[in-house]
Amino acid sequence: METTKPRALVIAEHDNHTLFNHTQKAVSAALTIDKDIEVSVLVIGYNDDTGTELEDTVAVQASKIRGVDEVIQVNSPQYGMQLAENVSKVVVDVARNYSHVLCCSTTFGKDLLPRVAALLDVGQISDVLQILDKNTYVRPIYAGNALEKVTSEDKHQVFTVRSTSFVSLTEQEQCPVKVLECVYESSMTRQVTKQASISERPDLITAKVVVSGGRGLGSKEQFNLVEKLADKLGGAVGASRAAVDAGYISNDYQVGQTGKVVSPELYIAVGISGAIQHLAGMKDSGVIVAINSDPDAPIFELADYGLVGDLFDIMPKLIEAIPEINS
Amino acid sequence: MKILVSIKRVIDPYSKVRINKDNTDVVQQNMKMVINPFCEIALEEAIRLKERNIAQEIVVVSIGSLEVQEQLRTALALGADRAIHIECDLKLEPLNIAKLLKAVNDREKAQLILMGKQSIDSDNNQTAQMLAALMNRPQATFASNLAVSDGWAKVTREVDDGLEELAIELPAVVSTDLRLNEPRYPTLPNIMKAKSKPLDTLTPEDLKVVITQSQRVLEVIPPPQRSGGVKVESVDQLVEALKSRSELFS
Repeated sequence: METTKPRALVIAEHDNHTLFNHTQKAVSAALTIDKDIEVSVLVIGYNDDTGTELEDTVAVQASKIRGVDEVIQVNSPQYGMQLAENVSKVVVDVARNYSHVLCCSTTFGKDLLPRVAALLDVGQISDVLQILDKNTYVRPIYAGNALEKVTSEDKHQVFTVRSTSFVSLTEQEQCPVKVLECVYESSMTRQVTKQASISERPDLITAKVVVSGGRGLGSKEQFNLVEKLADKLGGAVGASRAAVDAGYISNDYQVGQTGKVVSPELYIAVGISGAIQHLAGMKDSGVIVAINSDPDAPIFELADYGLVGDLFDIMPKLIEAIPEINS
Repeated sequence: MKILVSIKRVIDPYSKVRINKDNTDVVQQNMKMVINPFCEIALEEAIRLKERNIAQEIVVVSIGSLEVQEQLRTALALGADRAIHIECDLKLEPLNIAKLLKAVNDREKAQLILMGKQSIDSDNNQTAQMLAALMNRPQATFASNLAVSDGWAKVTREVDDGLEELAIELPAVVSTDLRLNEPRYPTLPNIMKAKSKPLDTLTPEDLKVVITQSQRVLEVIPPPQRSGGVKVESVDQLVEALKSRSELFS
């Protein structure tokens, strides 16, 4: 590594109108690299500005995250769909001036950053939980059943971070926004459609409370017990893979190694036995509650509070008795 | 159309892993080894494309020491036509693997490269994206549906906020998610037949790939343990416990 001042480039995650909270968490991670770190946020996308006040573009939102020194904005129709194939080329161009390049290990980050790393001919480190120094990281392996401390000698340190492992930041006065013209044409990928899940509830990854249901719910109709409890607590709904496979709920609600990793303040597992793959996605939650009819279910080894019994008997009583949470 | 499928030999995901005494790795000896579940799904998808006459040949490739031939034989028994073993005893980083796979594909010139989205041991989720970058070809990661026609692949991807459908021009790299399909089991007659299918061995030198290692694992440690395990008797007790324990209810 060169001895020059470390500079981190955070790739912004957004929908061309609103900056996602993950970007703030990635900045938060970048600030732990080194006390002298200089942080830039790179916003790549397309917004033709109709209906958007200039004071409220994604770049401006990014410039108000505490600790950000500069925002670089690339606004061009090629990047409207934010496809890794096109976006990676821009990131590589900008990244040559940075010692560290990172974003959160969301599906966006996981899709993009390995492509960036390969184009830079460097390795990538995935799903970092902790940054120990300028090139040493802690990350989970084997579905979180072990952690590895890994160090990298690469010239550019390219890595994704787990958003739930880093603290939230406050706002600051707007920092400078630099506009960069950078156009790569590509016709090898076309986006056909995007089908977003519509939910009135909070986002699963950032929710303070998550109520998850498993196979024990028995049917799609009975899964609404989980939804009712989540709504009473103002929380998000999650599910085990068994519940998703059984068709009780769509797969973007899946918590686990192959789904989403959450660490809310309160996690309530209903009718979930606690397979390794599921535990990998929730075991860092603040307080874990398990409701299951099988007293030997592995989830009870992890749960702070376990209640053994028939969930169809327990759930209506719990929904009734639990106080609402004011957010 | 030719399809290249890469597979990885990993510890069975249903086994409990243990960290070794000197904290350098998890214990690998005497563990049940299988094809990585996501790779199995990639192979299954290739077999289905062949059964629908969209693909003519499936080449399966794996990198590692001699033991990976066991998983390659399983892949041949499942329906791959021939296998390539890249013999390398080093623990490889995803970029090295991507470079080796690119070199293999420079020889094979497959239209579609299918692989798992991640291996359940290192959990990296990088190789497919890196390979696509090195080939300067499109990628479609986390695929839960795949249709191929006229030199394009239509891929449904599982993204954080729902589903996304992409059309990518072949040749391309597609990485598979769990919901793409349900892999089949090999039958005994096919296991016997697989023994006579071609399996070639190559080395990184044959492929003119120099293995570089920029990352070093300093230590493998157990995750923080929770002190859970308190059982409550009733809903009322649970609510009381939560009120006293969690600031959410104050």
